[in-house]
Amino acid sequence: MINIILAILSTVGALSILFASIGVLRMPDFYLRLSVTVKASTLGVGLLLICAAIMFPDDVSVTTKSIAIIFFLLLTAPIAAHMIGKAAYFIGIPLWKGTIIDELKGMYNKETHCLESDPKKADKNAEDNIAHTDDATD
Amino acid sequence: MIKFFLMNLLLSFIWVALTGSLFYSNFIFGYLLGFGVLWIMNRNESDQRYFYRVPKIINFFFFFLYELIKANVQVAYDVITPKYFFKPGIVRYPVNTTTDFEINILATFISLTPGTLIIDISDDKKAIYIHVMYLKDKDQFIKTLKTGVERKLLEILR
Repeated sequence: MINIILAILSTVGALSILFASIGVLRMPDFYLRLSVTVKASTLGVGLLLICAAIMFPDDVSVTTKSIAIIFFLLLTAPIAAHMIGKAAYFIGIPLWKGTIIDELKGMYNKETHCLESDPKKADKNAEDNIAHTDDATD
Repeated sequence: MIKFFLMNLLLSFIWVALTGSLFYSNFIFGYLLGFGVLWIMNRNESDQRYFYRVPKIINFFFFFLYELIKANVQVAYDVITPKYFFKPGIVRYPVNTTTDFEINILATFISLTPGTLIIDISDDKKAIYIHVMYLKDKDQFIKTLKTGVERKLLEILR
């Protein structure tokens, strides 16, 4: 019984990491790559660590370590993705040409780095950050 | 509220010490047992918040696990099939939370769901900008997020 659970969990975890790495290759722009990589790899590493914890039930230290690693992974991965995405948008890395809406357009104050929340205060002359060709985001 | 939590922890430690097996499963079993004992003993207490909050946290955990797996399957299917199904977009999401802690937890959970990624939080903390992978309808997306993750989270935190 335990063996079947271990097999399922580790297969799903490994597949999730595999899909994340294929996603890095196949996604058309930077933001989609970031989005795919962070979540799928978090889930994959989490499942593999849970497998390790189930595999060694007699050793409390393995369980403790894997729970601590999962906790800190869940705590830090979204923040890292948020900071990378923010920096990428700020320096003007274009979105994919199929992007249907960009509500962040013109909301940044380029001098003070402040971000507005009211759409009325947005800079009307701001350039669209959406790419027009496929090559721009590849 | 915090008194009940500490009492519950104490009861579960006593359970672990008496049974003598130091495993997480045993600790969780002792915690649930202590929760039941405390619940029965404090039926006439006026402050019942703790006894509603623990089932809600467990409920939220399973709800989030379900969302996580569902969205992961969707993204994985999109990655391995040749055609792109997604319609990405950056959406402005207004938040009603007041404290930094609530915004932090909400942003973390939104970011952990595949398909949604926090780009930035506005400086006056009134709006979050989310990069969404499958955006069918903007208002529909905001509504599902408001009634799903945000409402369940704020029920726990408040």
